[in-house]
Amino acid sequence: MFNPIERYLQIRRLGVLGMNRRNIRYIGRYNKRSVYPNVDNKLKTKLLATSYKVQTPELIGVLETQHDIQDLHSIVQGSEGFVIKPSKGSGGKGIILLRPTTDGQFEKLSGDAVTSNYIETHASNILSGLYSLGGKPDVAIIEALIIPDPVFDRYSYQGVPDIRVIVLQGFPVMAMVRLPTRQSDGKANLHQGAIGVGLDLGSGRATGAVQFDMPLTYHPDTGSLLSEIKVENWTTLLTLASRCHPMSALGYLGVDIVLDKKKGPVLLELNARPGLTIQIANSCGLLPRLRAVEKIKHAERMSAEEKVAFSQKNFARPEASSATPADTNTSV
Amino acid sequence: MNSRIPFYALVFTLMATGVTMIIYRHLQANVPLLPSEKQILWDIEATVIFDARNAPAQVTLSRPLGQGNYTIVDEITASPGFGLTLAEDENWPRAVWTKRQPSGEQRLYYRVIARHNSSATAPTANIPAPLNNRIWSEPNLTAANDLILKAWQLSADPYSFTTELLKMINADAANQNVRLLLNSSESKGELAVQLLNQAQVSARLVSVLRLEDGRRRQSPERFIKVWTGDKSQLFNPATGERGLPDRAILWEGRGHPILQVDGGRNSKVEFSIIKRVEPAATSYAYHNANLLNFSIGSLPLAEQALFKTILLLPIGALVVVFLRIFIGIKTSGTFMPVLIALAFMETTLIVGLVSFVAVVAIGLFFRSYLSHLNLLLVARISAVIIMVIAIITLFSILSFQLGLTEGLKVTFFPMIILAWTIERMSILWEEEGAKDVLVQGGGSLLVAVLAYLLMSNDVIRHIAFNFLGLQLVIMSFVLLMGNYSGYRLLELRRFKPLLEK
Repeated sequence: MFNPIERYLQIRRLGVLGMNRRNIRYIGRYNKRSVYPNVDNKLKTKLLATSYKVQTPELIGVLETQHDIQDLHSIVQGSEGFVIKPSKGSGGKGIILLRPTTDGQFEKLSGDAVTSNYIETHASNILSGLYSLGGKPDVAIIEALIIPDPVFDRYSYQGVPDIRVIVLQGFPVMAMVRLPTRQSDGKANLHQGAIGVGLDLGSGRATGAVQFDMPLTYHPDTGSLLSEIKVENWTTLLTLASRCHPMSALGYLGVDIVLDKKKGPVLLELNARPGLTIQIANSCGLLPRLRAVEKIKHAERMSAEEKVAFSQKNFARPEASSATPADTNTSV
Repeated sequence: MNSRIPFYALVFTLMATGVTMIIYRHLQANVPLLPSEKQILWDIEATVIFDARNAPAQVTLSRPLGQGNYTIVDEITASPGFGLTLAEDENWPRAVWTKRQPSGEQRLYYRVIARHNSSATAPTANIPAPLNNRIWSEPNLTAANDLILKAWQLSADPYSFTTELLKMINADAANQNVRLLLNSSESKGELAVQLLNQAQVSARLVSVLRLEDGRRRQSPERFIKVWTGDKSQLFNPATGERGLPDRAILWEGRGHPILQVDGGRNSKVEFSIIKRVEPAATSYAYHNANLLNFSIGSLPLAEQALFKTILLLPIGALVVVFLRIFIGIKTSGTFMPVLIALAFMETTLIVGLVSFVAVVAIGLFFRSYLSHLNLLLVARISAVIIMVIAIITLFSILSFQLGLTEGLKVTFFPMIILAWTIERMSILWEEEGAKDVLVQGGGSLLVAVLAYLLMSNDVIRHIAFNFLGLQLVIMSFVLLMGNYSGYRLLELRRFKPLLEK
C-alpha cells in the first residue's frame, strides 16, 4: 500500500529536489529578480551572449511592431529555414520552425505546408503578447534554423534535440538531452511529450530515459535504443554551459544547448526556473550535487574550465568514471 | 540560519497578536466563539396567474405586515412589463401591478422573506374595521337574533361571544336556526362574521397562510378577526380556537380580498413556501471600542455587507496556498478559484458548478472559431467577453422561461474572470491538448469547491466576521506555509520511478 510518510523518506534519502525546495532554496536564493530579464527576454539573452562570445543561432531579424510584420517576407527571403519565437515566451510556447519549399512557400518541419497568412497571424499573436508572461506586448525573434548535428538523427523525430544542463554557480550539476517525438510535434519540450535522456556528466553517455515522467528504453518513433546515445565534444559543451553563469548573473539556471552541424554547441536559451524531470531521466537526485557545489570555497575565483573539471570528476556515474577519463579526453 | 529568527519572530508575533485579539474580544465584548443562534427564515412566494384580455389590467395583491412572531425582512417582485406600486397603506398593504395591454397568460411574482422571532412582540394597535351590517330578511332575521341572544347570554365579552357563536355554528345539524342561516351564507366563517356585525361587534374574515417547508400551491385559510377597542383576536372558524396558529402568518388582516384582478380572467394566486435556517446576523454590541477590540460591527450596514465578502477572501487564499504548496494541484490562474468560490457563495454549489462548467464549455466551443479569425489579442479577449455575456443572457432567459429561477444566478459569476478562463483554457487546449485542460480546469474547480465549503461554513463565517484577529492568524499560517521546502504530495507519485532502481 502507498504509505506517504515512507515514500517521503525514501525520496528524501535519494536527494531528490522537490518543487518547493527548488523555489525557496535555489531559485529564491541564487536568482535575483532584477536579472530575470536576462533570461526571460530571449532577445536580451542573445545580445548578452554575443557580447560574452557565447555562440547562439544566427539572428535574422526582429519584429517589434505589427507594422513590421509586412516585412516578414523580405526578411526571411533566401533563408534556409528559420524559427519564429516570442522573446518573452515560456515553456516552448509560440515557437514555430519553418523551412522553405521548392515553390517559394514555407512548411513546418513535419512537412505540413503553411500559408503566409498563418505565419503572419502567428507573428501578430506573438507581438500582442499571447505567449508572453502576463500577456504583455512582446517582440518576435526570427533566427536561423539550426542544422542539427547528425549524431542525434537516429534518436529524434523531426525537430532539433537540445541538451539541458543545470548549472549552479557555474558548475554543471546534471544534464540531459531532450529528443522530440511525434507526440511533441517535433518540439524538444518535455511537457509536450519529448523524451528526456539523462547524460553522464563525466562521459556524455546516456544514463536513462524518460517520457512524461515515466522511464522508457526505445525511442517510440525511430525505435533506436536510447542508452546508446553519446554526446561528442562533451567538455566543450559543459564549458559553454558554465560560461552562461557569469553572462546571465543567475546562480541556478538551466542552459539549453543544441549541437549545430557546423558551429558545434550553440546556446539556444536560458531558463531561470529549470524543471525537475531531469532527475528522473538521470535516475538521480540533484540535492547531493547541489550541496557539494555549495561547500566549495572561493568558487567565484575558479574559471569555467576548472568548474567543469570539478563537475566531471565528482558528478560522473560511479561505474562509468573509471572507464571514461580516456574517453572524455579524446572527445575534447 | 540566523536570518530565520526574525522570520519566526514575525510569525509568532502575528499569531500571538491574532489569538490575543480573539480571546480579548471574546471575554470583553462577550462575543461567543461559536455561532450560537440560528434564525428561521420563511421564504414565501406568491404567484399570480391570470389570462389577460388585451385590455388595461390592474392586479392587486395583499401583502403581509410584520406581526407578532414574524418580521418582514425583505420583499422581492418580478413582473416583466408591468408597472408596480407597493402601497404602504397601513389598512391595506398591497402590491398593485398595472399594464395597458397585456395579452395571453400572465404570471406575476411577489416574494416575501419573514423572520421567525422567538419572542412575540406586542401587536401594534389597530383601529377596528367599521361594522358591516347585512340586511336580513325573514325568517333569517329571527333566527340570527335568536342565535345572537343565546350566545350573548353565555358570554362576557366580544371574544367569548365569538367562541360561543362558533360553538353553536359548529354544533352541527342539531340547531334549526343554524341550518337555515347556513343555507344563505357562503361559509360558516362568513356567517359568524355577519352575526358578529349584527351584534355590533367589529369583525372580518381575514386570510392566514400556514407555513410548511417545501409546500407549493398552498392556499390561505380564512380566519375570523374580532376587534374590541384597539385590540383584536383571531379565531379559527372551523374549530373555534383562539389566536394565530404557531406556524402561520396573517397575510391580510382587514377583510380585503387577497387577490383582485381587473381586466383578466381565470385569476388565481398560489403560494410556495421554503424554510431556511441561517446563522443569526447578530452584530454584537460595540462598547469600549479600542485597538484590541476592532470589529466591522462599528461600520455602517452597507459597508459591513461588503466586508463580509472581503473578510472571507483570506480563507480562500489559505486554501489555495495549502493545495498548491502541500498537495501540488495545478490550477488555471492562481487565485481564479477563489473568485469562482465567491460566485458559488451567491449561486449555491450545485447550480454554480453546473452553470460554470456549461458557460465555459459553450465558450470554448465558440472560442475555437475565433482562433481562425486572425484577431489581435485584445480584440479577441473582448470578443470572448461579449460572447460570455451573450451566453449568460441566453442562459438566464432560457432558464427563466423554463421556470428554473436558479438559472438567473449565473449572472453572479464575474464576466471578466469567465472570459479569461475561456481564453486560457482555449490556448491550453490548442497547445497542450484536452488532457491539460481537464487537469487544470478540474484542479481549479476542486480548489474552488474546497474554498467554497470552508467559506460557507457557519463557524468559519462567524469567526471571520466577528474576530478580526483571525486575519492575523491566517497571515501567520500563510507565511509559515510559504516557508515549507519539503515535497508536495503529488511529487511523491511523480518521483516514484526514481525508487525503482
